[in-house]
Amino acid sequence: MVGLLVVSHSETAAEGIVEVAAEMGSETQIEAVGGDGEGGIGTVPDDIEDGLVAADDGDGVVLLVDLGSAVMNAEVAMETSDVETVIADSPILEGAVNAAVAATAPNATLESVREQAEAARGVDKLS
Amino acid sequence: MSTDGQAVVAAVRRVADRIESERDHLTDLDSAIGDADHGGNMARGWARAVEAVEDLDDPDPATVVKTAGKTLMSEVGGASGPLYGGSLVFASTELDEGITPESAIAFAETYLEKVTDRGDATVGDQTMVDALVPAVHTFKKSIETDELPPLEALAKAVDAAQRGVEFTVPIRASKGRASYLGWRSVGHQDPGATSTLFIMEALLAVAQESLDGDDFESVDATSPTIPDEEATGE
Repeated sequence: MVGLLVVSHSETAAEGIVEVAAEMGSETQIEAVGGDGEGGIGTVPDDIEDGLVAADDGDGVVLLVDLGSAVMNAEVAMETSDVETVIADSPILEGAVNAAVAATAPNATLESVREQAEAARGVDKLS
Repeated sequence: MSTDGQAVVAAVRRVADRIESERDHLTDLDSAIGDADHGGNMARGWARAVEAVEDLDDPDPATVVKTAGKTLMSEVGGASGPLYGGSLVFASTELDEGITPESAIAFAETYLEKVTDRGDATVGDQTMVDALVPAVHTFKKSIETDELPPLEALAKAVDAAQRGVEFTVPIRASKGRASYLGWRSVGHQDPGATSTLFIMEALLAVAQESLDGDDFESVDATSPTIPDEEATGE
């Protein structure tokens, strides 16, 4: 099964997003990583790499990320990791919810899960 | 320890000292357009990089650069971690065969490519790229076309970086946190371009000292022990 990894500048935010996404896709392997490792705001490439390993069961991982340097650090982690990984270019929470549902589909692939996460980009909230 | 490896450790130390002495300056620049953490983050990161490279047992230049980069990646917060640290790690392999004019150019170009790629930035975005691009181009041209000695090429590259930093003042940021300010970023000198210049100035100082009194003309451009963008040989 395709795994998910949520990477936020805040560990609390990452865990909260996983909490919401897991509600929708309870079977999905989904992990949270966040914070600078010292209780502050930030992301650390090594922590993201560990998260990829934890989220992967052999079918690869779709990464959901928040802002700026979280994206760069995710890319750094991907370059050094052996886990097959793609980043979803989507809002982090909405994308994680979509991806968690998509990953439970019997024929789910890295690409199909990423596509569903990215479908969250165009969703209107007030119409 | 190999002479080259030792020289690169000395370069890391020199950069750390320079960044520490510019900590408040960098923070002031960053507080105008960002989150006022560039000075503190860089000073802490480079200080820990010094500790890490001093712990290495007889390292070659590439290992020193890689170790410094890995430390910066985990210790410098924000985008500067992956931009400075990640790019150093990536480019360090260009120095696997030691430091030569050719490997120094390859290192500089690979470093620049990684920074522009990772940051998705080009010249004119008010970022470190504005200092790096003219510096790397000048370094390469000075050695390959003008056939200048490496030390003189590095000095010209530092001049080019200086002009790049000045170029960031009148333009509008379109990458990074400063881009949220839109036109209000105009008139501010970019902290990343500035710290890039400080790093290059520190490297030039180490290179000049390690050649100790030799004038530019006496530096052999084909010597395997010449200074490069991030390091210097003795």
